[in-house]
Amino acid sequence: MSHAATMPPARQTLLDVRNLGISFATAAGRLQATRDVSFSVARGERIGVVGESGCGKTITGLSLLRLLPQTITTIDGRLDFDGVDLATCTPKQLRDIRGRRIGMIFQEPMSALDPVFTVGEQIAESLRAHRNIGKREARDRAIAALNAVGIAAPERRYDEYPHQLSGGMRQRVMIAGAMICSPQLLIADEPTTALDVTVQAQILELLRDLSEGSHMALLFITHDLGVVAETCTRMLTMYAGEIIEDAPVDLALEKPLHPYTSGLLRALPRLSARRSALPSIPGRVPPLTQMPQGCRFRPRCAYARAGCEAEQQMRAAPDGRRVRCWRFETLDLPGATA
Amino acid sequence: MGSHGALKVVGRRLLQAAPVIVLATFIVFALLKLLPGDVAVTLAGDNASEERIAEIRRVYGLDRPFLAQYGAWLWNALHFDLSRSLLSGEQVLTSILRCFPNTLLIVGMALTLALATGIPLGVAAATRPDSFIDRTVMAIASLGIAVPNFWLAMILVSVFALKWNLFPATGTTAFSKSPTDAIYHATLPALALAAGGMAEVARQVRGSLLDILSSQHVRTLHAKGLSPQIILWKHGLKNVGVNLLTVTSLLANRMLAATVVVEAVFAIPGMGNLIVHAAIQRDFPVVQGVVLAMVIVVILVNLIADLLCAVVDPRVGR
Repeated sequence: MSHAATMPPARQTLLDVRNLGISFATAAGRLQATRDVSFSVARGERIGVVGESGCGKTITGLSLLRLLPQTITTIDGRLDFDGVDLATCTPKQLRDIRGRRIGMIFQEPMSALDPVFTVGEQIAESLRAHRNIGKREARDRAIAALNAVGIAAPERRYDEYPHQLSGGMRQRVMIAGAMICSPQLLIADEPTTALDVTVQAQILELLRDLSEGSHMALLFITHDLGVVAETCTRMLTMYAGEIIEDAPVDLALEKPLHPYTSGLLRALPRLSARRSALPSIPGRVPPLTQMPQGCRFRPRCAYARAGCEAEQQMRAAPDGRRVRCWRFETLDLPGATA
Repeated sequence: MGSHGALKVVGRRLLQAAPVIVLATFIVFALLKLLPGDVAVTLAGDNASEERIAEIRRVYGLDRPFLAQYGAWLWNALHFDLSRSLLSGEQVLTSILRCFPNTLLIVGMALTLALATGIPLGVAAATRPDSFIDRTVMAIASLGIAVPNFWLAMILVSVFALKWNLFPATGTTAFSKSPTDAIYHATLPALALAAGGMAEVARQVRGSLLDILSSQHVRTLHAKGLSPQIILWKHGLKNVGVNLLTVTSLLANRMLAATVVVEAVFAIPGMGNLIVHAAIQRDFPVVQGVVLAMVIVVILVNLIADLLCAVVDPRVGR
């Protein structure tokens, strides 16, 4: 599959994903979960990946580290990480990149941490997997990492188990573990969804600070556009297994080019406008077995016209933006700050 | 878990143990009394007069009310006096101390065999789900669970002892006299007991390891770049630990009970043999003593398992 628009090569690219297609072998046959997913991440860049549940953002994140169930998953396309194709590299190369150069944190820190090991041990073991250092030094470094993510009394917390910590602290532990080898890219899959609002804000601030402080790129997978607005520099919108818009965050929020992005933005609740009913996008994401022909958003789109049933390619738009809608130049869509 | 937590577990267990011991011995005592047959008649011998039998009853206190008899036994037992066998006159405690090592050796060997074979089989099956190995292990496990141990015991005797003469068919040697000979004698009985245990362990290890290996925290371990070996043997096995300990303690208890049958097949003078003969002859002090000893062993096994669980899993026993 060809991609109509390529990214401008001005930035120093860290990760370049080309035509990523993920499919699963199921009892009902092969299910194509994502297709033609292309994007790149520059060093130090913070990218938000947004979309409704089931649009493919989480499996896209997992596929980057080949964490999807091996026996049933097929990954097509190139996942070029600093010269190594993550889709085809050897398990040994992959293990070397996992945790050392690409870190990952997950939605539910309680189930993402091993319940029968101390949190300190779980941080220290990532370090020991990648660096040739002793137990004592690993412990000291893990304690320093706990301290760096804002955990008080890290020496004491080191020997505690996940169930003894609060949700926010567990996510801080996850972050400390993912950051201990100073990765160049951190994939964060809905890291604040399971947390209280106040804790959410603290974790977001922590992630942004860590990213800025160490020039670490961030791939932030979330359904929360507010989170993206606060944390990220660029936003990828996914729908039904495809990227449908790629734009700098402020532009995407102010003047979205795809009707779906616009719909997501208009569905955001705002304190200033206390309307009784939030506008929402009618319908739901189509199941993988019933993908519409042409534009996948067409059945739910208020702007659909004859011609939308044609296959949609990513199109280059001004300001380095890309959009998967042939009508984007003729549409004037409302954004979040409208 | 701190020592404080361990003390709490021990204390709670001992408190629970007292009523269990009283109830178990009382029920067995009552059942013996309900059954037809009278030890006094046996003791009096053939052609004994009614007066002679009545006198024997009086001497041994068998004419006293049921509750008084049980109360007297319990009171003595609390003072570490398990009385004497009505038939042989031997101190019951002496009989138990003589027989228990034989049973313990068989159960210990069977448990070791079951774990030593069951864990690797379970791991092999779980790491290659739906493979040929997995299916073979599960087939063996189903067989192991389905085959009754007395039947297996008889097959083992007829093949390995009678046909090939590799192992002795019956009897035992005291472990204290010759450990190697004792183990040699205990091998076939232990195998007969171990088969079901091996199957149980393999199935449990496979099932819980499959759950663990597909869990989200194992996904995190992969994301951290740990090797599959560390993930399996360090994180996988420790997570399986609690399940494994529970299965092991259940197995130990079940094997203790199953020795009754296996000891009969191999004519081994263990606890099973002791209680069976005593029960047939209504020698109630011996039956009571063996039941008491078995209950205490079961309580100890469970206590040890509980303590180990709390060591393996920090969420347990707080």
